[in-house]
Amino acid sequence: MTSSVSKGCFVFKPSAKKRRKTPTVEDYFTHGSEDTENSKLRFRNYQILWEKMKADTELLQDELNRKILDSLLAFIRKSVSTFQRGTDDWASRMRAHEIPTAALVLGVNVPDHDMTFQCLSDQLQQSVTPFVVSVQATECAALNNMMQRVLERLMGTSVSVGNEEEPEQRSTNVNQKRVHCSLITLCNWYKAVTKKAASGTPSKKRTSVGKDMQQHPPIVVIFKDLEAFNSRVLQDFILICSRYVEQLPLMFVFGIATSPSTIQHMLPHSVSSLLCIELFQSLSCTQHLASVIDKVILTSQFPFKPSGKVLQVLVSIFLYHDFSVRNFIKGLQLALLEHFHSQPLSVLCCKKEAALVHATELSHRDVERLQQLPSFMRYVEEQGPQEQVELLTSDDHVKEVCQKLLNDLHKYHKNYYPILRCLHILTSSLPKYPLGKQIRELHISCLEKNVWENEEYASAMQLLRMMAKDELTSALKMCAEILKPGKTTKMRAALLQLDNLLAKFDQPDDLAAAENAAGEDLTSRGKGLQKKTDLFQLQKTLLEMKKSRRTKKMSQFEILRDQALEFIDSLVRSHLAPPESQPLYEVCYYSSSAVLRRHLNATPRTSIQTALSNPYHYLKNENLLAEDGTVSNAAPDICIVYKLHLECGRLINLYDWLEAYATVVSAAEGMDPDSADFGKVDELKHARFIQAVSELEFLGFIKSTKQKTDHVSRLTWGGC
Amino acid sequence: MSLLEVRFVGDGDALEHIVDKQEDVQGSHSSVQRLVTLRSEAERSSREDGAGLSELHYVQALGTDDGEECVAAGGGGASMFTFQTVKRANRMAQMASELARTPVRSVTFRTTPDPSGPAHNGCKSENRTPQKGRKVQFVSTTPHRLRKRLSDPSLRSDSDSELSPSDSGGEEEDDDDEEDRVNQSSTPSKPPATALYKTPAKKSKTAPEPPSQASLVEEYFEAHGSSKFLTSDRTLQRLHTPKLDRETLFRLLEGKPACYSAEIEKLHSSHHEHFNKWMLQLQLGYSVLLYGLGSKKALLEEFRVSLLCQEMHLVVNGFFPSITLKSILTALSAELLEHQGTFRNPADQLQYITTTLREQPDLHVYLLIHNIDGPMLRGEKTQNALGQLASLPNLHLVASIDHINAPLVWDQCKLSQFNWLWWECVCFQRYVEETSYENSLLVQQTGALALSSLTHVLRSLTANARGIFKLLVEFQLENKDNSSYTGLSFQDFYQRCREAFLVNSDLTLRTQLTEFRDHKLIRTRKGADGVEYLLVAVDTSTLTDFLEKEVE
Repeated sequence: MTSSVSKGCFVFKPSAKKRRKTPTVEDYFTHGSEDTENSKLRFRNYQILWEKMKADTELLQDELNRKILDSLLAFIRKSVSTFQRGTDDWASRMRAHEIPTAALVLGVNVPDHDMTFQCLSDQLQQSVTPFVVSVQATECAALNNMMQRVLERLMGTSVSVGNEEEPEQRSTNVNQKRVHCSLITLCNWYKAVTKKAASGTPSKKRTSVGKDMQQHPPIVVIFKDLEAFNSRVLQDFILICSRYVEQLPLMFVFGIATSPSTIQHMLPHSVSSLLCIELFQSLSCTQHLASVIDKVILTSQFPFKPSGKVLQVLVSIFLYHDFSVRNFIKGLQLALLEHFHSQPLSVLCCKKEAALVHATELSHRDVERLQQLPSFMRYVEEQGPQEQVELLTSDDHVKEVCQKLLNDLHKYHKNYYPILRCLHILTSSLPKYPLGKQIRELHISCLEKNVWENEEYASAMQLLRMMAKDELTSALKMCAEILKPGKTTKMRAALLQLDNLLAKFDQPDDLAAAENAAGEDLTSRGKGLQKKTDLFQLQKTLLEMKKSRRTKKMSQFEILRDQALEFIDSLVRSHLAPPESQPLYEVCYYSSSAVLRRHLNATPRTSIQTALSNPYHYLKNENLLAEDGTVSNAAPDICIVYKLHLECGRLINLYDWLEAYATVVSAAEGMDPDSADFGKVDELKHARFIQAVSELEFLGFIKSTKQKTDHVSRLTWGGC
Repeated sequence: MSLLEVRFVGDGDALEHIVDKQEDVQGSHSSVQRLVTLRSEAERSSREDGAGLSELHYVQALGTDDGEECVAAGGGGASMFTFQTVKRANRMAQMASELARTPVRSVTFRTTPDPSGPAHNGCKSENRTPQKGRKVQFVSTTPHRLRKRLSDPSLRSDSDSELSPSDSGGEEEDDDDEEDRVNQSSTPSKPPATALYKTPAKKSKTAPEPPSQASLVEEYFEAHGSSKFLTSDRTLQRLHTPKLDRETLFRLLEGKPACYSAEIEKLHSSHHEHFNKWMLQLQLGYSVLLYGLGSKKALLEEFRVSLLCQEMHLVVNGFFPSITLKSILTALSAELLEHQGTFRNPADQLQYITTTLREQPDLHVYLLIHNIDGPMLRGEKTQNALGQLASLPNLHLVASIDHINAPLVWDQCKLSQFNWLWWECVCFQRYVEETSYENSLLVQQTGALALSSLTHVLRSLTANARGIFKLLVEFQLENKDNSSYTGLSFQDFYQRCREAFLVNSDLTLRTQLTEFRDHKLIRTRKGADGVEYLLVAVDTSTLTDFLEKEVE
């Protein structure tokens, strides 16, 4: 049992011998499904995909961080060398008293920072110095804690803070080397270590590093979350460190979430003047997200696809709530898990070759499931009657068709993404971004319905028809670049056609002269305009000019432009159809956005208040049905009490509340309203009322108050 | 009799006789009424249009425009996070009668001419018959009411006379009672009146937005402007059984059959189906967090018994009033990881647990926390430590929350450490155990605990000390009926103790008193004259029991 009036923690340890084999993750995954083999396969699919996704995103993170880390490393190397050499001139001597500090502005998505710091300290340890220590604000409540952490991590031994007071503690830990916690200790240790390194192995592994670097590698202290540090502690630490900077090549890295001015807020001038700060700005998290989406979602490499709504939920959580790429990936992982867990046919959601093999091994039950897929049914309806019969009766035939359809689906994806990118390149430079600034927006609108039926698409096309030559050709060239790696026949054909068009654009057109003439014509008219004229005249000339321009024969370039755009349009129409149009799309697309949102972005208060004000929603009992905004008097006590309390102001009189409650409950019990006992408070009602009120207090709707006798104060508003 | 007739006609006519401004008064009434209805109208429309619209955008942006979701959300947060609004004092009673009327069994008190409104039945005193009382009181109270009216014409509500911001004495309370009766007599006539005024209000629904916006603002300031709270002065002392003690409460509640047990059972079993999924998600590095109305303790207990009995696990009752981070960490380190010895501080302890668990990746520990938002666990440091535990790959956390503001405990950093997956588990179970610790103001504290601690402490003291304490107790009991009793002054006390040969110097008494104070038996208070007063901080009945026991 886990309830007690004297204890809050209960430990349960299974005895070792009674312990059976504990179930694995796979067992939990397969639990409850009738087809174990199938779900095992699905779980393996999930694992493979997730491992790959994880590895890819981590790689991407490293790549993105490389630039800023490289500059950071360069800075650290440079300051080390100045520390070593420059003792001759005055400026560097002054500088030598300052602690080189890198202020690393990382953005508000604090959860993502860990990875960056991990990466930074790894790289530092590899290439610059073995002495890297990172500290967090939570472990540095006071100066001695901070010192202790720094020294412990650097020297790899435990450090006692106040060793005088605890002799017995020391005696118990004789085997552990304990040293006094001060920077002098650190200095001595540092001298010993560097001397040993210099006299011992002339290190060959760090040949790239300068010679003095070998002898005196810097000590880098990373403050992961500068804002959270106690400024007093930080100031003291910096002051102390600055006294030792001549003996210890110290160096700081500040991780800043908000803005560089935090340093000024936290440190007074007397302290900040001891630092030689250089600012580094990391990549913004939105760019980071864009590249993650690019790498993981907008690619035919991963067979798993989130549907438009799912993607929208994930992106909204990112934009509205946390700016955290890590959480985005976590959400994606959940979508992946849910997909493989809930969709039995996701066994086909893997690499093409494996999927084709799995398709031949489908069980009868799976074939039935396949036949019930809405997209497959639609496909069947499109076939001839003979074929239809076969598709509905023969399992083998279904398997064959399934293989063909899977092939088609893969091809569809291979065509979809390049064309999507092309369209994005063309439209992303348009004013007001009719199809979205980010490619993910375009992707989502393509997933939802036929993109060419959108108004925005039409207006984008119209704007494209007005594009200048150099802009258009450069955009088309970029499109050609995108299409180049395409392996499908359709993509190659498209590339060929595009190259043709581009070649035509490049031809020094013979109609340039005509164009020039037209231009002259216009300019002459423009000149005419410059003459003094009245408003009416001006209007007339302008109208004329407009008419003439409209009627004017299209130039060679304009014809070509129209051709090119028609070509793009045809590509869009043939390749950017929403996935719902593809048979078997359910295998790859996960679409339950509501499930995802409920797990990741839940609204607990809404749930509680819905349960209180509309218990029917959860209990589904006919007695609880009531018209909008009211509660049936047969509802659970807490609902009635809650409903009554909504009618009160800031303070609630308990007596009145109890009376009102008794009235309602009497009616619910079917008492005669005329009888003398109606609405009378008996012991049971009183007890139930007490229980309900204390539950409301527990939930945080009310609290007791001393402002007035027998009153409670209300803590929430609204919720009717 | 004719006199009686005239009085019955009502306030409006009476006013006419006195002020001769009936038109004006009526006008002001109706305008007020209209204002009120318009406000509620405005409120609704603003909910639908203003806040509702932006809400809609947001919800759409989140991609949850499925109908089911919207119903569950109850229209989103707009209706949940509104401003404080003006509430009339008798709204609760009205609501109660409404609720009593609407449901399965219709209660037809509207048609009955019996003036005793259902809500006020309980407060009716038995010694007077309603009819008689009313006659008498009408004669006596009408001028009083009129006075009130004249002084405060803007408030139409006839119940405002009973709303006084201060506690009123017994005499005035009687007055209130009389007025209650008056209210009741006028209640039956009220519904038609409001119905009458509703029609113009509906017409004015087409009025342009700006005024409604303005009235929303007005309403806000009206609700927040005055620091007075309009509630009646009745207290629980009027009940026949003013306070129940805990045992009676439990006995009564246990006797009562649970309602909708079938439906609740259904809900329960629907959550039961997810147990394996929870385990799966726990294994994959997520933590599971349950929310929703109703105690989730039974559900989690079932989860524990059915799936965790093979594993090492720790159950923590977050609602337990003296749970601490230290006790959780100690349970982990000493009992689960079998570490002997002590730690300097929780941070070291946490460090030890973290490193130990990291070194043994095959060792899986499950941590089950009922009410991770419990009052003792809410602190920043505690949550931080729990978050660090939860981020360990082989420590799996399952927790539940109940407080409506519980999610505010976590910032982004902690959220990512916990890595929650939220599960809606509406159980509709009573929070029996969770609330049993709370010192509810409705429950009579028995004082049994105080008594036993008193005797225990005193038993360890010398005879003289016991005598001193007894002296103080006796003096306090002598003065129990004196409401202005502030305590026994130190000098007085010293004198008495000397007379009883209990102390021989001022200093000895002080030493004794320190002893008492350390055990929280007495309280001292400096009086207005700078003299120290001593008081036993235990209620009278317990003291009487204590003395009785002492005599034995």
